Amino acid sequence: MKPAPFRYLAPRTRAEALDALRRYGPDAKLLAGGQSLVPLLAMRLARPAVIIDLNRIGDLAYVRPARAGLAIGAMTRQRAAEDDPLIAARYPLMVAALRWVGHPQIRTRGTIGGSLAHADPAAELPAVAAVLGARFVLANARRERVVDAAGFFTGYLTTALEPDEMLTEIRLPPPPTRSGWAFTEVARRHGDFALVGAAVLLVGDGEGRCAEARLAFTGVGAGPVRVPEAERMLSGERVTEALAAEIRRVVARSVEPEGDIHATADYRRHVAGVLAARALIEAAGRLEVGA
Amino acid sequence: MKRAPKNARRPGATRATAAPRGRARRLEPVGEAEVRLVVNGAEVSRTVEVRRTLADFLRENLGLTGTHLGCEHGVCGACTVLLDGQPVRSCLLFAVQATGHDVTTVEALGTPEALSPLQQAFMDHHGLQCGFCTPGILMSAHALLRDRPRATEEEIREMLGGHLCRCTGYQGILRALRAAAGLPPEPAP
Repeated sequence: MKPAPFRYLAPRTRAEALDALRRYGPDAKLLAGGQSLVPLLAMRLARPAVIIDLNRIGDLAYVRPARAGLAIGAMTRQRAAEDDPLIAARYPLMVAALRWVGHPQIRTRGTIGGSLAHADPAAELPAVAAVLGARFVLANARRERVVDAAGFFTGYLTTALEPDEMLTEIRLPPPPTRSGWAFTEVARRHGDFALVGAAVLLVGDGEGRCAEARLAFTGVGAGPVRVPEAERMLSGERVTEALAAEIRRVVARSVEPEGDIHATADYRRHVAGVLAARALIEAAGRLEVGA
Repeated sequence: MKRAPKNARRPGATRATAAPRGRARRLEPVGEAEVRLVVNGAEVSRTVEVRRTLADFLRENLGLTGTHLGCEHGVCGACTVLLDGQPVRSCLLFAVQATGHDVTTVEALGTPEALSPLQQAFMDHHGLQCGFCTPGILMSAHALLRDRPRATEEEIREMLGGHLCRCTGYQGILRALRAAAGLPPEPAP
């Protein structure tokens, strides 16, 4: 349980980090909070030749208003985001989801960008990014590009990041004026990898109906999984127990999870449906209050 | 394993200098590095392999064996120490990353003759049996109660969720933590 030998460098600026990536990219791994990477190193599932430690870079951790939305620096600690008043005021869904990420002792080190770039299918933040319409700023030594969640999460533990690129910022669009939200998951123990998680964002029409609905699930696919059929069924509707039950069946039918030692595919499908209905009712309750 | 040589102490110089403005420095990756940090109030410095975790550094290089290693991949919480006052897994941090930082381990809490109030509460309420997980729990609890001396049942449980104990069934630990937070030893029904 000791990492294989590697070489290490700790840039102090973004430019130094991107220069290091330009030189070592294909052989290097970026070290953010280390709460996923270091276990992989310890188990020798990852054996990069070079580790580029981002923790000495001062200007990658921030939360600041950007237009009417928010820009979150990739190295913002999960604990800092959880306690951030701007995030709490505009994206309470993100705060709710962060509480499910590992444990407080993990979140003191874990970062927003690290979790997103690691792209674990069981992780909470990718699903949150998907329903909030987050955009991802990817930089290399020459240029920057911006992609959305669908473009960023490309597969199991895989993102659109090229070997010479770094995720530098997450941009959240202005929150809807009226919204209902919920995050919930099922894990064997709180803080374990979730079997299935559900993030729901409902945009209210001012009369208690959903102008728009976004649902994303963790643990049932290679990345965060949206269910467009369920989202269409909710559009223009008021969430009732009957509609939630229908959505439960649609979600359970639509997702295509794989079974593993923790849970069978059928069980995950069942749980996805149950969590969809549960999160919808919870989100709709908040919609009524805010409408 | 061969011990890394002990370097000369350089008091007062715990922070590296800020990056120069303008063009990026060209950094060369290294396999060994000097680690310079403050541990339990004392400045220490050693040269170690960069892959050495903070946990191994504390135990092997500094002889501070109060920090225990259970799973070595961040799950069990036994190796929890305070980094600049915040609880972290010392198995998920490389020693080189702690340069310029302040680390607190269980050795700083109390002595066998004079336990800290938290340690005394663990003793009074049977908060441990084999004691393997205890140092990590004490560090997490120490940070929680320092920030929230009247921590709630929910806060205590959230903190304790980050630790595994295979002896106690947790009830003795919870009673100790409630006592330390000034709560009744049994939770309200």
